[in-house]
Amino acid sequence: MSFKATSREIGDVTVIDMDGRITLGEGSSLLRDLVREKLAKSHKKIVMNLAGINYIDSTGLGELVSGYRMIKSQGGELKLLNLNQKVADLLEITKLYTVFDIHRQEAEAVASFHS
Amino acid sequence: MPPKPQRMEITLETLIESIALAEEVGVRVAAVAGFSEDDQYKIGLAVHEGVMNAFQNGNKQRRERKIHVIFELLEDRLVVHVVDQGAGFRLEDVPDPRDDENVLGDSGRGVLLMKAFMDQVDVLSSTAGGAEVVMSKLHKR
Repeated sequence: MSFKATSREIGDVTVIDMDGRITLGEGSSLLRDLVREKLAKSHKKIVMNLAGINYIDSTGLGELVSGYRMIKSQGGELKLLNLNQKVADLLEITKLYTVFDIHRQEAEAVASFHS
Repeated sequence: MPPKPQRMEITLETLIESIALAEEVGVRVAAVAGFSEDDQYKIGLAVHEGVMNAFQNGNKQRRERKIHVIFELLEDRLVVHVVDQGAGFRLEDVPDPRDDENVLGDSGRGVLLMKAFMDQVDVLSSTAGGAEVVMSKLHKR
């Protein structure tokens, strides 16, 4: 399944809902473009909802990191939401769970920007 | 019953589509070899990472180069070789992305995932001068 992403706003928080695979090529570059587009509109509080992501490779992990760096460099914050077990395992193996703020509930993720 | 030893070699074009193709072949071979679904996923991802490395870092996305993937089904393990036509590399030169100074970097996660999901990963110099990544996974019988 190829990568798809849509976004919605909850107050001043942007939630990016993703489906498919984040891998070298289509998924990773689309995700990068989407983050840039949101930052260009000064949407700096971003939640990436990975509920629909069934596969991610090292390039995809790199895009999550790249997104984190981009957003942070502009004074924003990135949260991850709804990781399935396989994605969570990859973040643990690569120690990226120490970098990202990871949530299981959307309301909690959105509220965490204001706490 | 363990499968009889078999060897399968495929030659891939240096195309981005070859990565998913090799991964799918790896998953199917792992299934035939009797690995669990969880191990099929891990072997598939390791093959994906190996071929992606060959595509990007070995062959530098050059279309005239090829990527060779060899699957060896042995009695106690599956061995996968990924051979590129690049300049070669040494495993010890790949940064560990778990180190504090590298965790937000761009390099090393592919090799780390191969090492995490396979029981043994080595990098040899191929006879043609490129890199040959050799990784193996033992049967849990």
